[in-house]
Amino acid sequence: MILAAGINDSIVVVVLASAVVYGTPLLYAALGELLAERSGVLNLGVEGMMLVGAVMGFWADLKTGSPGVAFLVAALSGALLSLIHAFLVVTLRANQIVSGLALTIFAGAAGLSSYLANDLNVADHPARHPFNSFLPHGWRTAPVVGPILFDQSAIVYLSWILVVAVAFYLGRTRPGLNLRAVGEAPAAADAMGINVAAYRYVHTLLGGALAGLGGAVFTLWITPQWQDGITGGAGWIAIALVIFAFWRPLLCIVGAYFFGAFSGIPFTFQARGILQGVPPELFQSLPYVMTIVVLVVVSSAGARRRIGAPAALGRPYVREER
Amino acid sequence: MIRIERRLEQPRWLAVAVPVGSLVAAFVVMTIVLLVTHHAPLHTFWRLIVTGFGSTFALNSTFVAATPLIFTGLCASVAFRMNLFNIGGEGQLYMGAILGAAAGIALGNHSGWLSVPAMIAAGLVGGAAFALIPGVLRAYLSTNEIIVSLMLNYVAALVIDYLIFDSLSYWRDTSTPSAKVFPQGKVLPDAATWPVLHVGGLELPLGLLLGLAVAVLVWVLYSRTKFGFEVRVIGDSPRAATYAGMRTRRKILAVMALSGAIAGLGGASQDGDFRHTLDPRGLTAAGYGYAGIVIAALARYNPFAVCLVAFLLGGLQNAGYALQGADFPSGLVGVLQGLILFCVLGGELLMRYRITLDRRSRSAEPAT
Repeated sequence: MILAAGINDSIVVVVLASAVVYGTPLLYAALGELLAERSGVLNLGVEGMMLVGAVMGFWADLKTGSPGVAFLVAALSGALLSLIHAFLVVTLRANQIVSGLALTIFAGAAGLSSYLANDLNVADHPARHPFNSFLPHGWRTAPVVGPILFDQSAIVYLSWILVVAVAFYLGRTRPGLNLRAVGEAPAAADAMGINVAAYRYVHTLLGGALAGLGGAVFTLWITPQWQDGITGGAGWIAIALVIFAFWRPLLCIVGAYFFGAFSGIPFTFQARGILQGVPPELFQSLPYVMTIVVLVVVSSAGARRRIGAPAALGRPYVREER
Repeated sequence: MIRIERRLEQPRWLAVAVPVGSLVAAFVVMTIVLLVTHHAPLHTFWRLIVTGFGSTFALNSTFVAATPLIFTGLCASVAFRMNLFNIGGEGQLYMGAILGAAAGIALGNHSGWLSVPAMIAAGLVGGAAFALIPGVLRAYLSTNEIIVSLMLNYVAALVIDYLIFDSLSYWRDTSTPSAKVFPQGKVLPDAATWPVLHVGGLELPLGLLLGLAVAVLVWVLYSRTKFGFEVRVIGDSPRAATYAGMRTRRKILAVMALSGAIAGLGGASQDGDFRHTLDPRGLTAAGYGYAGIVIAALARYNPFAVCLVAFLLGGLQNAGYALQGADFPSGLVGVLQGLILFCVLGGELLMRYRITLDRRSRSAEPAT
């Protein structure tokens, strides 16, 4: 037991445990973005949807005291925002990149999320629910795996179920197959009788809902409170994560915890006084710099044979103009 | 059933009617948002307009707010025109501000004839160098420039924080005991203060005039030179450009450097025109780079329209800051900007397509 406590206190275990914590919002948002992109819709509004999900979920939790309702509200508000994007790019055939950027500016740190936070008066409140682990004490204190895997909240386990569910949906079900057809060859899918626009709408909305959930993970569990711009670029890292994962759900989990580790390191190192002579900004820039580094590695490998990217990603589908 | 057909030619009146209609639609939606959240819409809009444009003082403040937006708007539109999505204008502006401030501090005891051009040059170089990071990665490794340039915005903000808050850097003021406890940037010497042109009661900062000059240069470059022609071809059809033997890679580097340099000049103008120090909180809170993207999209990448839109949005922002308080909703200006952009994006459809209402379904007929 004492030995276990020693190991569990070691820096490696603490960093890995924090990787799971900070990777979880990335995982939700990345899975959502993956679904949208698999249908051919690139949504760069993830950061904005996460922020609004974060503030709305937090508000719902303060009002109702029910974490279930809070996450539901977060998911709904994310989905509602993505509906704007879906309408603009699927029905009105607007430029997906510009529309996504507009969504992030509209909903982001200086926009709707801070407007809502101000209006709903959610600042300076602590969250009402600590999401503690519900697993047996013996599991949670087990050496190494205890703190990393078992001393986590239900939010983490739900994300694992979601990864498996999305992988199963894409690979083993008829709608999943249709979805891939819509993203790869919308004209062929249309000829097969698949409703391209409906598939794009549904999966863009699902993506928005998961981004909203991911944002709420910050305010309900990690921080847990609201401050303007609380996601700190997590939405953008999630978009990079989808590229890093070659649009595969199972790889998303690896990437999420990889980036999660770099997001957690500044806090862990600061709390433990490790490398105190080194400026904190150096650690704080790690998630951003590592995103660039990984993206460079992936894109130089992927450029040779476009791995994974849906062929119709970013292109509107117009039946008359195919 | 709604039918959407591509227009073969665009009537002239649409080019005016659609943007105006989009603006009206945005204000209608905003009215609904305000009503739902229990604010008085007409009162709010009226206060925005009066505080932004209603007096000489309001106009002078709006010039201050619009100046950086012209630069970041041009930064975005120059790159977006080639389908090169540089959204790092924010970070490139910071880098221009850092190098510009360094030049101002170093040469401040010389005359303004030396220090001001040096600051301009330093700003241009800082922004261009920082934009070349995503530029080089995109040109040689086809790395997604959107994400790289965005991530670098966060890195640049951390660099400024480091220089002022966590180090005894060249930019930090350590001359007094209080400055050691409450970190702040060195105040630039008088010779590094940029001149102001007085026209009647209006005060036109040098940065604003430079921004307008850059807009003219960009217009000439893009519509009157071979370089601009090639950039537009690459933007519209990269494949056609390759077949025509255009050097796409060089254009990516050149356009990214140009785009970053313009944003960097905006950063130097922040030092010289307005802040007179390297101001980490002020710069990072303003979000000039992101607003620049909105402006570029609203202006449909036309440099003169960028100046006009920057002036209008600058007025809104200026009013938003001036009115911020208990009874004025915060984040309202960001929401309004986003709504305008959405409505204009939706309005684009009306420019390109004709929408007709049909009684009977035409799905059975062969496609034309």
